[in-house]
Amino acid sequence: MTSLLKKEAQPKNRPEEEHEPAKEAVFRTEGLNLWYGKKQALFSVDLEQKEKEVTAVIGPSGCGKSTYIKALNRMVEMNPEVKITGRISYRGEDIHSRRFPVEELRTRVGMVFQKPNPFPKSVFENVAYGPKIHGIRDKKLLEEIVEESLRGAAIWDEVKDRLQENAFGLSGGQQQRLCIARCLAVEPDVILMDEPTSALDPKSTLKVEDLVRELKDKYSIMIVTHNMQQAARISDRTAFFLNGEVVECDNTDKIFSTPADKRTEDYITGRFG
Amino acid sequence: MAEYIDHELVHKRLPRRIALNKTVRGLFLASTLSGLIVLAVLLFDVIRDSWGWLDWQFLTSVTSFSPEQAGIIGAISGTLWLMMIVGPLTMILGVATAVYLEEYVKEGRVRTFFETNISNLAGVPSIVFGLLGLTVFVRMLGMGSVVLAGGLTMSLLVLPIVIVASQEALRAVPSYLREASFGMGATRWQAIRTVVLPAALPNILTGMILAMSRAIGETAPLIAIGIPALLIPLPGSLFDSFTVLPVQIYYWTIDAALTAEYAYMAAATIVVLLVIMFLLNATAIFIRNKFQQRF
Repeated sequence: MTSLLKKEAQPKNRPEEEHEPAKEAVFRTEGLNLWYGKKQALFSVDLEQKEKEVTAVIGPSGCGKSTYIKALNRMVEMNPEVKITGRISYRGEDIHSRRFPVEELRTRVGMVFQKPNPFPKSVFENVAYGPKIHGIRDKKLLEEIVEESLRGAAIWDEVKDRLQENAFGLSGGQQQRLCIARCLAVEPDVILMDEPTSALDPKSTLKVEDLVRELKDKYSIMIVTHNMQQAARISDRTAFFLNGEVVECDNTDKIFSTPADKRTEDYITGRFG
Repeated sequence: MAEYIDHELVHKRLPRRIALNKTVRGLFLASTLSGLIVLAVLLFDVIRDSWGWLDWQFLTSVTSFSPEQAGIIGAISGTLWLMMIVGPLTMILGVATAVYLEEYVKEGRVRTFFETNISNLAGVPSIVFGLLGLTVFVRMLGMGSVVLAGGLTMSLLVLPIVIVASQEALRAVPSYLREASFGMGATRWQAIRTVVLPAALPNILTGMILAMSRAIGETAPLIAIGIPALLIPLPGSLFDSFTVLPVQIYYWTIDAALTAEYAYMAAATIVVLLVIMFLLNATAIFIRNKFQQRF
């Protein structure tokens, strides 16, 4: 609830702020082109992710929205065919800079995937995984982190008695919140979510949505979604992608009430997509 | 709409079609059984020949010119010594190679080059490995026909099997597990060590065991490097002479022309070898079923 109130308290329109210095931009994308082999998937994308905001990325299948957020933590480059031009900066630093190891980027920029992907380990080990690879060995500290992260992902009460059980035994919705907890355990600055509710039932979807609204107090979140109601419910800003281009990016209220572009209007009113 | 199907004709022809189906099924069954029958005949034959010879005394005695006193403890311990080299060596080299090819090298010419040559290696006849072992380990490095030389030769022989099995095991690990790990800032090695290898381990072990059972049964390369079969003390170190079960079988079978009892002793040794191989294969199946994870 608090997060909702906070949203109301913010000024509704901040026109032309893209031209201001990158004070509160966590991610800034400038002229991003991306190819899978010979096929271009993103065309000159300019976008910003602001501090402690939820940005929803919407658009029809194949429009490049997943490709875009996977470019932000360089996950997309795991495909050896991918070529990129343009610039993405995280808090002013070029993420492709040699001085910025990809491991460090991904420590600060967590990701929640489309399909819940817990490790075939216990609930505890799943959440402790991130802290462990970053060198935390102290058992007491790990226990604290695990509890805090599970609480942060609103799943502590459901799993506190089964921390040693295999995570595969949890329901799909619980697995996804476990993955969010696992992501929180690394204490990220930004969380990227790639259609995190598309594999979940409506009830679990609502839980994850509530969670996203809560997390906004502490984290900057970018969420790709197929579901426009979801974008409207949980985001501050919305970016509409079409055929690899950003058609429009503005405050969510504005996008869903008076979009500037005819194509945005057609999409959100369900005329295509 | 015109009728394309003449139902009366279909009805008339159907019995023949069904009969053909049954005949074909019978032929396939016979083909399947032919392998099993040969195995059964083989088992029956060796068990009958070995009857009365395979006892505790036979398992625990050293070789002797006198058939009543001879046993195969030498060959058994030689086989164990061999495994102690082949197991760890192929595990380390094979898994490391597979990890490098699957996890580190991007798909492309380099990987194709490596993989093609590993397949080539897998196709090289075992006697050639024996000659390689004879040239390099026994003669060039001056080891002689000892445990270490045999173990290294045998390791080379089964290494491609371990590599290919490990590669397949790694490929079967779903990519979303790697992504989850990389997504939290893990290095490639951390993802491999904490997620990929544990998930692939059951299949890697299965491949290992199958490679071991191949190594236990191979005869030609060891004969090529010149290991003896008779009247040698039990090996006590990597630099002692040794013999193994299949080589013992080979020499006893040849010598059966001189001493008829050797044929029965060879049969008894075959039974021991087969039991070991069945046990290994059963372990492999057990591991596969027990630890195979649902992803």
